[in-house]
Amino acid sequence: MKQFIRIASGQGFWGDLQIAPIDQVRKGHIDYMMLDYLAEVTMSIMQKQKLKDPKLGYAKDLIPLFDEILPDIVKKGIKVITNGGGVNPLACRDAIFAVAKKHNIKNLKIGVVYGDDILPEIDALAKKNIHLDNMETGEKLSSVRQHVISANVYFGAQPIVEVLKQGAQIVITGRTTDTGLTLAPMMYEFNWQWDDWNKIAAGTVAGHILECGGQASGGNYTGDWKSVPDLANIGFPIAEAYPDGKFIITKHDNTGGLVSSSTVKEQLLYEIGNPKNYITPDCVADFTTIHLKDVAANRVEVSGIKGTSATDSYKVSMAYFDGYTAFSTLTYAWPDALAKAKRADEILRTRLLKLGLMFDEIRTEFLGYDSCFGPLSQHPELLNEVVMRVGVRGKDKNAMERFSREIAPLILTGPPSVTGFAAGRPKPSEVIAYWPALIPKSAVTPKVEVESL
Amino acid sequence: MKIRLLQIAHARSGDKGDTGNVGVIARKEEYYPLLTKYLTEERVKKHFNGICLGKVERFELPNIGALNFLLHNSLGGGGTKSLKNDAQGKTLSSVMLRMEIEIEEAIKF
Repeated sequence: MKQFIRIASGQGFWGDLQIAPIDQVRKGHIDYMMLDYLAEVTMSIMQKQKLKDPKLGYAKDLIPLFDEILPDIVKKGIKVITNGGGVNPLACRDAIFAVAKKHNIKNLKIGVVYGDDILPEIDALAKKNIHLDNMETGEKLSSVRQHVISANVYFGAQPIVEVLKQGAQIVITGRTTDTGLTLAPMMYEFNWQWDDWNKIAAGTVAGHILECGGQASGGNYTGDWKSVPDLANIGFPIAEAYPDGKFIITKHDNTGGLVSSSTVKEQLLYEIGNPKNYITPDCVADFTTIHLKDVAANRVEVSGIKGTSATDSYKVSMAYFDGYTAFSTLTYAWPDALAKAKRADEILRTRLLKLGLMFDEIRTEFLGYDSCFGPLSQHPELLNEVVMRVGVRGKDKNAMERFSREIAPLILTGPPSVTGFAAGRPKPSEVIAYWPALIPKSAVTPKVEVESL
Repeated sequence: MKIRLLQIAHARSGDKGDTGNVGVIARKEEYYPLLTKYLTEERVKKHFNGICLGKVERFELPNIGALNFLLHNSLGGGGTKSLKNDAQGKTLSSVMLRMEIEIEEAIKF
């Protein structure tokens, strides 16, 4: 057994810093790299891409990334685990095999985890009394059933461990929890048991710290953002994990950013609910047992983590079509910038009303004044400029398009000193709403497959 | 004395659907009791009046000197449905840290 393993975070979301995973592979030693690509509604975007082209439906960024790093990871024996397979992990694997061929790489083993897509089975499940009602609001799925465009079960670390055991160097999954991507290599390397809840919880907490990339190593840090060195060359976090469940959060030397107990604390609190019950498919972790210690510069020791048994459900992430939104902005300048923008908003609303357009909501915010602080905003003595941002939402796409034709006229028929309409008429976009549900673990089985080139 | 929360704490915020979460962390260990004492659910609900339209829940993490707040019904419907510029509650941390609190204790900064 290895004395410790180093698991690097390479990507915190689809569209994250492109150089980060390349730096992780080249700027120091790592054993594993995890790449998280899936936010709550990402699967539905990928589903749409797959409908247009059956060979798509995964994080396309992975292909140029592997084109860059594949020779390095093969040479160094680094294993890469990603949920960027999206709704088409098998096509993603084939695209990576094509990259390997181009580089003349032989004997590359890629493991795929799928079976998370339950969209075709929703009605069959309902017949078995599994109704996938909204776990947050309690609403019945039947109220949106006909608009559902994706439904994916969040699998945990288990199927990833399975393909690692079968020798995969690259693991491509569909909907897997972000934390499972980091926990899996620990389970596999240290031979942890699936009822060793404290260790599973430790790996899960490590996963939570890594899953947002640079947000644990100095990015988006409110503690003392000015003191964070060289964010231009930020090093993404690395978990140096030990067999007893202890781990150290660090980053490569000669990179920018900052790893301290304060930056780690901020990430620990990111998007959590009750800290005593951090629920994943693998365990329930207790965040009130986490002990942090700054042991050296850019090295934080994390220990003491307790966990309890996993629940008997998987979470399901569903997305459904829920109408349209459109947004537009105009910029008003001193004097009376805010008063002008407010008057323009009144004029616009009067005109929309006169046109008889129906919207579920119209919302106006004044960027530079109240979009973050809302009613808490304090009126500034002097505002150089303010951006009026109007958003509309509704079911009628024509009303959205009509709205978009009412913005530019405000420039010559409304308050003066206005600019910033270079982008032209706004296009309506579809609202893809999120529907979280639970499903008994017994109702779904992950599928795994390992292929060699 | 009157202090601003920013002086004794830092914070990070994010979203889960229409609920915003704000983690508030004491800048020094000795500030944590001030957070638990003054940053009550009622006080936070009052501060976010007009932003948080639902209830406020508070959870304690004494191990890292932090509190986690859930601000229900705060993001204009959340996700892609929200018309807010900050649909994901990323700046709720700033709104929280601007809070002014009258404290009985004396602190030297």
